[in-house]
Amino acid sequence: MAAELTQDQRLLKGVGDDYKYGFHDSEKDYSFKSGRGLTTEIVTEISRMKDEPEWMLKYRLRALEIFHKKPMPRWGNCKLLDDIDFANIHYYVRATEKQGRTWDEVPEGIKNTFDRLGIPEAERKFLAGVSAQYESEVVYHSIREDLEKQGVIFLDMDSALKQYEDVVRKHFGTVIPSADNKFAALNSAVWSGGSFVYVPKGVKVDIPLQAYFRINTENMGQFERTLIITEPGSFVHYIEGCTAPTYSSDSLHSAVVELIAQPNSHIRYTTIQNWSKNVYNLVTKRAVAYEDSKVEWVDGNIGSKLTMKYPAIYLMGPRAHGEVLSIAFSGEGQHQDAGAKMVHFAPDTTSIIVSKSIAKDGGRTSYRGLVKVYEQATNVKSSVRCDALLMDENSRSDTYPTMEIDQKDVTIEHEATVSKVGEEQLFYLMSRGLTQTEATTMIVNGFFEPFTKELPLEYAVELNRLIQLEMEGSVG
Amino acid sequence: MTAKREILRIEDLHVEVEGKPILKGVNLTINAGEVHALMGRNGSGKSTLSYTLMGHPRYTVTKGTVLYHGKDLLAMPVDQRARSGIYLAFQYPVAIPGVSVSNFLRASVKARRGTDVPVKEFRKELKEKMATLGVSNEFLSRYVNDGFSGGEKKRLEILHMALLNPEFALLDETDSGLDIDALRTVADGINAQANEDNAMLLITHYQRVLDYVTPHFVHVMHNGEIIKSGGSELAKELEAKGYDWVTQELVPTA
Repeated sequence: MAAELTQDQRLLKGVGDDYKYGFHDSEKDYSFKSGRGLTTEIVTEISRMKDEPEWMLKYRLRALEIFHKKPMPRWGNCKLLDDIDFANIHYYVRATEKQGRTWDEVPEGIKNTFDRLGIPEAERKFLAGVSAQYESEVVYHSIREDLEKQGVIFLDMDSALKQYEDVVRKHFGTVIPSADNKFAALNSAVWSGGSFVYVPKGVKVDIPLQAYFRINTENMGQFERTLIITEPGSFVHYIEGCTAPTYSSDSLHSAVVELIAQPNSHIRYTTIQNWSKNVYNLVTKRAVAYEDSKVEWVDGNIGSKLTMKYPAIYLMGPRAHGEVLSIAFSGEGQHQDAGAKMVHFAPDTTSIIVSKSIAKDGGRTSYRGLVKVYEQATNVKSSVRCDALLMDENSRSDTYPTMEIDQKDVTIEHEATVSKVGEEQLFYLMSRGLTQTEATTMIVNGFFEPFTKELPLEYAVELNRLIQLEMEGSVG
Repeated sequence: MTAKREILRIEDLHVEVEGKPILKGVNLTINAGEVHALMGRNGSGKSTLSYTLMGHPRYTVTKGTVLYHGKDLLAMPVDQRARSGIYLAFQYPVAIPGVSVSNFLRASVKARRGTDVPVKEFRKELKEKMATLGVSNEFLSRYVNDGFSGGEKKRLEILHMALLNPEFALLDETDSGLDIDALRTVADGINAQANEDNAMLLITHYQRVLDYVTPHFVHVMHNGEIIKSGGSELAKELEAKGYDWVTQELVPTA
């Protein structure tokens, strides 16, 4: 296996020089790989292989119908969306039959991959639990024993469906119904893997849980499904990361993530999305926040070909608070169409959206956001700030903010800026000895700092390093 | 008398900005151990000279040479000039939001010295230099020049100079906009930096800073040329008689 990795590395040399996760593993030991294309048979087969209850199979098949009926979105990036060849995708790929509770139980090749991605090391150092998904299935899962004893559930979604069928059935698809949009329907039909997190009353998970998603196969579709529920007075910080090999043809990642924050609880959901530049990332993320609860989406988008993702928070109960803090980085051939949705249903609810984006080498970023205040929601406060930084003349940034306010007693702030990396800033830094690349990286890292400072230190360091890699070789 | 060691030699320097000639034949030689003051009215070309020597991309040299330790300075990119010991204290230092002062200082010290300084050692060195400049610790975690007062900006420029220990420092109106206490602190910083091995060019509009820093030479710039040079007494004479005195005396009326 190790020898094969080396060969892969050789093959990939020069393909994505600045993307160090672009390698892939051999598939020769895979236990199942569906043919290309999406049919009722494949959906039924997925459900059968997973030995699911009948209601879930029905749920999937209904979603499949919805998927076929729904037209493609006519916004975002229509051209790239229309390029998706749904018939060319492998919808379900199982690399190994069993799931490890220790890394030694994970097949060696896959374990090596996660080693290279630094997951076991991060787990030893600073995580309370780890879930590692490889292709369609979670291949490794663990949670700190003390948390398990306090009743915290952290499982892959497939296991959760088996072990906590009633809880899953009660909440699954309640925040994001299958019919929400075409890609939510697709996920609902073919979902596999993802996380289920349940935090009981009053329990504060003081260090983060992490899920890591890895695509290996070419033309793969990964459709994980995540559901997080926090009972009153509890707290959890969930982090997800993802990478994929660099191929010349496209893969599709389409997740659905549902969060339910019960009264006075707090969920922070952090994403560092670093897919290779041949991955479509079309994700639906939504939270419902009840009375006095707080939900934060901390959303970093560095990779992918096209990302369309607008984490939403429905503020259902009085004094609920929502925040979306996002960054997007678009290089050559990339379009990050990201944003946020805040829906105020209840009085005294507050929300903050901060979006920062950088486009370079012809890359494109868009901020697309909605703030909606219903009539019954009095004394609402909401602030939206989006800043875009353009590194050159070929790059593009657009802002599409929407405000729908049905109540007069509100305070809404909106501020948007687009700026270019200033000649004066570069000159100032370079006049102190920094090279142009170092100076540009410093300015960019500074621009993202309001985001990075919200990350655990290790992730902040990693993100800064990623940005440095993106800047190298492209400047001067 | 020991032989003078030349640091910088400017010969017949002509510079344009966006097609407009600003410097029209500047000649100046600066040796180790010397502090020079360059005075002149606003718009006379003083700042253009400092930006040109540092290598700002908007300033185009159309004629002339600048030798730094005998090498062609104008052929060197900005960052290489900095690493080889040229320093410009900016008249209007630029804000870099999100970048902490300590990060910036550490990165540039690493670039200048060509090696990373261990965090502990760096902190120690920094604290000593900060103490002499009356700069507090919280300064380090603030963002570079972001929301700084005029005095704070100038203090940072001087602190940075002390850390980089340049061989040739250009101080562009470092005295402007300072109250008397800040002026004194900044002047102390300049005096502490000056020694037998390095040289400085102080660009100033007013004579005020020269009460605290005594230059060996004073030059007057007018319309892109140095029209008069002398000792430190020239600054006092200028202060007393005003710039009209030099220009009327020296510039032939057309």
